[in-house]
Amino acid sequence: MNKARQNPLNSFAAHAALITWTVIALFPVVVILINSFKTRKAIFREPLALPSADSFSTIGYETVMKQGDFFLYFQNSFIVTVASLFFILLFGAMAAFALSEYRFRGNTLMGLYLALGIMIPIRIGTVAILELMVQTGLVNTLWALILVYTAQGLPLAVFILSEFMRQVSDDLKNAGRIDGMSEYAIFFKLVLPLVRPAMATVAVFNMIPIWNDLWFPLILAPGEETKTLTLGSQVFIGQFVTDWNAVLSALSLAILPVLVLYVIFSRQLIRGITSGAVK
Amino acid sequence: MTALKLENIHKSFGQVHVLKDIDLEVSEGEFIVFVGPSGCGKSTLLRVIAGLEDATSGTISIGGRDVTTAPPAKRGIAMVFQSYALYPHLDVTGNMALGLKQAGEDKATIAERIDIAAKMLSLEDYLKRRPAELSGGQRQRVAIGRAIVRKPELFLFDEPLSNLDAALRMATRVEIARLHRELGASMIYVTHDQTEAMTLADRIVVLRDGRVEQVGSPMQLYNDPDNQFVAGFLGAPSMNFLPAAALGAKGATLGIRPEHLRVSPDGQIKGTVTHVERLGGDTNLLVGTDAGDTVTVRLFGQHDQRVGQPIALSYDPARAYAFDAEGHRLRS
Ligand SMILES: Nc1ncnc2c1ncn2[C@@H]1O[C@H](COP(=O)(O)OP(=O)(O)OP(=O)(O)O)[C@@H](O)[C@H]1O
Ligand SMILES: [Mg+2]
Repeated sequence: MNKARQNPLNSFAAHAALITWTVIALFPVVVILINSFKTRKAIFREPLALPSADSFSTIGYETVMKQGDFFLYFQNSFIVTVASLFFILLFGAMAAFALSEYRFRGNTLMGLYLALGIMIPIRIGTVAILELMVQTGLVNTLWALILVYTAQGLPLAVFILSEFMRQVSDDLKNAGRIDGMSEYAIFFKLVLPLVRPAMATVAVFNMIPIWNDLWFPLILAPGEETKTLTLGSQVFIGQFVTDWNAVLSALSLAILPVLVLYVIFSRQLIRGITSGAVK
Repeated sequence: MTALKLENIHKSFGQVHVLKDIDLEVSEGEFIVFVGPSGCGKSTLLRVIAGLEDATSGTISIGGRDVTTAPPAKRGIAMVFQSYALYPHLDVTGNMALGLKQAGEDKATIAERIDIAAKMLSLEDYLKRRPAELSGGQRQRVAIGRAIVRKPELFLFDEPLSNLDAALRMATRVEIARLHRELGASMIYVTHDQTEAMTLADRIVVLRDGRVEQVGSPMQLYNDPDNQFVAGFLGAPSMNFLPAAALGAKGATLGIRPEHLRVSPDGQIKGTVTHVERLGGDTNLLVGTDAGDTVTVRLFGQHDQRVGQPIALSYDPARAYAFDAEGHRLRS
């Protein structure tokens, strides 16, 4: 093994750097979590202190639960995120497969066109999107959000996935063709399992912004029935008084589902079944 | 009966003309080897036969059936790839069964055929393993097994041994020869390894720049090459080419195989030994001639020539090959 890697000093430096980074990254999350369990006074007096017997309070969570529709918001956010991710991955992977696998006129041009969306923020088109949704009667439905998020996620998905699919061995796909697999079977049974880590990357990249988005829910689906968690939490933020207990509790709860999704996807990231398929 | 018939096959990728007017007939049970330098179109030709690429023009028939427009699975072929190309998520049984399942065979037939193939290739102990849990040699045997179970009319191999180490390559080569005898199937085998070509082939097809240079049995090609390219391509060490005029021979170039040169004091070709390779059974001498060429001499047994030593070589004109300026063979 590499000597430099065994050097205790180097290893210490590496760990110090990693730990520092972890602390910085986790700090805001921890602050939110501990303060969500404190009284309002304690939050402002000593924001960094752990909840003590004195300052402990679950008033925030109680407010959030009493707010009634909170579970509906949760559900809405979850449906929108999962459905959007599903469509992004499905259509992104299909487009990427076509671009990487088939030679046809305009292939490169099509690839560039599909990747263009990476550079143009979808929010620029908000007015047009709103008009479109009004005309199609999709305003105040979850579909409005799902469609917009799918469109927003596709460019990067196509870009990343086509790059990975180019690396899937041609021989493997050809072996499938000789064995009589259809192009769909080759796509679903051979190629998709091999690009699973890339799919997970795309999923993680898209998941957080969709879950946290406030813009489109506010504009396209502000109705009570279709409110997402981020939008729903806004009721606690007033112009003059903000119910910090409730806001922090809502945020703490909002972390959980993303955490679960992330764990699921990152398992895919780590597991590599491709090794040994082709030399 | 003919197992495969290619007529006027052309293949272009855009502007690049890769295969040019290929005609070939393979009879049943024949072992055909395609050889040629890298990039000459061997793999492309094999893929055209398999149906993985469409020929730009020409017709292909397999077992008497015109398959020019048939998809790969309907051509009665099986292919073994250099990279094994096993399905990573399936175990050995699953890898061998997939093609049969797609073809709609019933379970009993599939199990029976896998059983036979596994016995033939000694894979019985590995049937439940995934490709990642197999060695390179075992993977290649699974790939061959996957081809066998389909009972194809024609086997296609694209450099199947080039990822294996020397010892395993030899063993697998013998195995493929044995399979060919046992199955009696027609096989087409692409390689750039001379030994594989010479030892396995009933007939060798030498390709260059997308054209067939010569077709014939290994010894035919070795003893009676049509042109300088084929003469130089087969045989290791390869044939020496000397300007014919200096030796008083006809044509532009004279080709002499290294084993047909002899060391003799009154030899016509004079020079200095520049390098000696002692292989035990053979000794190869590299000789820089006084005329400025380099020739290889292959001597049987062990010899004590040393680098820097002057040397004279003679050859038997009856066993030399004359070529014209374009490299065509001049037969007397
Ligand atoms: N998809 C393709 N598009 C364009 N050109 C191609 C394509 N596939 C192959 N070629 C070209 O066709 C020529 C023949 O390629 P091929 O793979 O058949 O060579 P080969 O004889 O198998 O060589 P090797 O011994 O290195 O495997 C090469 O010049 C290659 O660049
Ligand atoms: Mg090749």
